[in-house]
Amino acid sequence: MFFTYLRRELGNRKKQSIIIAMGMALAIALVIIVNGVSAGVKSAQSTALSSVYGVGTDITVTKTATAGGAGAGGQQFAFGSGDSASGSSSSKTKLSQSTLQLAMGTSSLKESSLATVEAVEGVKAATATLSLTNSSFSGSIGAAPSSGGTSGSGTTGKAPTTGSGTDSSSSTSTGTGPSSFSVDSFTVTGISTTDTSVGPMSATTLDSGRYLKASDDGTKNVVLDSTYATTEKKTVGDTLTIGGKKFIVVGIVSSSSSSSATASDTYIPLDTAQSLADLDGKVTDISVSADSASDVTSIQTAIEKALPSATVSTEADLASSISGSLSTVSNLVSNLGKWLSLIVLAAAFAIAVLFTVSGVSRRTREFGTLKAIGWSNGRIVRQVAGESVVNGLIGGAIGAAVGVAGIIIVNVIAPTLSTAAAASTSGPGAGGPGGASTASTTTDIALQIPLTAGIILIAAGLAVLGGLLAGAFGGWRASRLRPAEALRSVA
Amino acid sequence: MTTTIPTPLATTTGGPDAAFTLTGVTKTYRQKKRTVEALRGVDLVIPRGQLVAVQGPTGGGKSTLLQMLGALDRPTSGSVKLGAQELATASDGALARARATEIGFVFQGFNLIPTLSAAENVETAFADSSLPRDARRTRVAAALESVGLAERAEHLPSELSGGQQQRVAIARALVKEPRVLLADEPTGALDEVTRDEIMTLLEGVWRERGLTLVIVTHDSAVARRAERRLYIKAGQVSER
Ligand SMILES: Nc1ncnc2c1ncn2[C@@H]1O[C@H](COP(=O)(O)OP(=O)(O)OP(=O)(O)O)[C@@H](O)[C@H]1O
Ligand SMILES: [Mg+2]
Repeated sequence: MFFTYLRRELGNRKKQSIIIAMGMALAIALVIIVNGVSAGVKSAQSTALSSVYGVGTDITVTKTATAGGAGAGGQQFAFGSGDSASGSSSSKTKLSQSTLQLAMGTSSLKESSLATVEAVEGVKAATATLSLTNSSFSGSIGAAPSSGGTSGSGTTGKAPTTGSGTDSSSSTSTGTGPSSFSVDSFTVTGISTTDTSVGPMSATTLDSGRYLKASDDGTKNVVLDSTYATTEKKTVGDTLTIGGKKFIVVGIVSSSSSSSATASDTYIPLDTAQSLADLDGKVTDISVSADSASDVTSIQTAIEKALPSATVSTEADLASSISGSLSTVSNLVSNLGKWLSLIVLAAAFAIAVLFTVSGVSRRTREFGTLKAIGWSNGRIVRQVAGESVVNGLIGGAIGAAVGVAGIIIVNVIAPTLSTAAAASTSGPGAGGPGGASTASTTTDIALQIPLTAGIILIAAGLAVLGGLLAGAFGGWRASRLRPAEALRSVA
Repeated sequence: MTTTIPTPLATTTGGPDAAFTLTGVTKTYRQKKRTVEALRGVDLVIPRGQLVAVQGPTGGGKSTLLQMLGALDRPTSGSVKLGAQELATASDGALARARATEIGFVFQGFNLIPTLSAAENVETAFADSSLPRDARRTRVAAALESVGLAERAEHLPSELSGGQQQRVAIARALVKEPRVLLADEPTGALDEVTRDEIMTLLEGVWRERGLTLVIVTHDSAVARRAERRLYIKAGQVSER
């Protein structure tokens, strides 16, 4: 009886049933998609973060460069006697040079700071890294009419004297033959060979070869990021020039989280990096993991006190430093998406309630009659609530189908979101080789929305909730009808 | 022995043997500022098995009286007894149970559920925790048979004539085998031929089943077929 009556009533008032179901479907589809995208964006964010800062890093300690400070400026190429220049055998002069400097916008900390950080209570592990940029310049200059120029005439030293007439720019301007230059840069990170539970290596998996180990200290062994290795066509056993020195590739790693690249193009032992870059006893980042998440804030405060000149960032700070289209989508989802789905959900519930209540009012005589022939209030309330819950569930099923379809479509399209960790790019020095170092810290992550059983539960829960809400109001209305209404003469 | 209950109408006996015993029943409706006294101090005993016709001018209180008898509403003051059960002070649940088991109702407008078939409409008369499904179906079929509509069981109300709809409503009222059948102008919406058919049907039912039948009617032809005729005007009941 219950189901027969319920089915007939929903079927008989198709228009009303469809409006209630559609409202519910729209709201639930929206909630599912917004929820899904927000989960997808969150995982993309943590992917971006972990590829930059490593997994399990709760706090990072850095030092922001001051404008004009040492090592913060742009790249300069100084050609000295040590550089290779071979021009005698042909009409062209070939030049190449490779320099290793602090990454733009960063400044160094004393390596002893690591010990200070490790001494802070609640710190589980800490590791120091040195982020560098290797810039190599290579090119050829057409034969110069005079032999004055650049063939190793003794302009030695690393004098940062751009435009002083000693470098190639003056040669090209004096009307020589066809010349070509290329500037190539990649990132080099000096890492601890022993402490890898935290820091950049913790977010990687080994593709081939091996990780750096303690015996690599001081050697010229390098581990490459797989993306970089692919573009440079390097495999284990190949050599790579860093800071003018030949390194042997001992391993290739890739990001353990999805498709993004790891934090750096290349990884070398910390002490090798320090001596090559002339930065003995210096590091740029200290990655810290805490014993427990609740300690993070107190550890941050303690480190800030111990190292007043350093910038101490928590994971939350880092998340807000993520920029690029990922953060745009993230903001869109968390602001517009949430409000929109809330408003639509509220509207759908309101529609369901209003239509159900007005439906009950139109059936006053019907419910009065049922009461007059002995139906209890409870049975009538159950009937009304049953109708609206089933109506809501139909809407919920449609909404879930539309929402899941939407998620599948997003996953098939897999829109690419770019992320840039703001800390690495917003350096004051803008005089470097056009954007090369900026590109290397930008990660493209394809948005993938996790399709979970939780989504179906959300849909079912909201559908039942909406149905119950409408049923409660409708049932309350029906329960207040007097059985004597049945005797009202026909209108 | 009924001596403990003082009955104002000395000519009739109240108590558990009566179908209804009404004592000093008043019903007042309050509408904003205006109050309407639909029943004023009604004393009435209806013995079991009686066929009673209730007549009177429009607005006289006929439907209100039927609501008191049918446990649809409580009086403002006074006592309404169905058999030995006091309805004036009973809870909503108790009133609903009384309606579900003891009382059958037939309305002027038939009041069938438009989305349910004839058989399903009859089936709505069973309370929640009643018979198993098969027994119910059997009784529904028997009830429809007894009003001559066995072939129309699967029809919707909209597919039936007025007289046929009222027969379905009578089957619905009878299927639970009530002790009392109350009808508020059951022929008011029907033409003369059909009216006679329905009255004959109701009389037949009354005679066969020995139930108490109270019919409110404007129609003197209908009223003449009753054992007892009551006249109610301005909320006061008199015998005819
Ligand atoms: N729910 C109500 N609220 C207010 N007044 C009511 C209500 N029900 C009935 N009345 C009033 O009580 C009086 C008696 O009404 P009742 O319906 O009993 O009359 P009736 O004899 O059945 O009339 P009719 O022949 O028109 O059906 C009327 O004046 C009516 O307006
Ligand atoms: Mg009336």
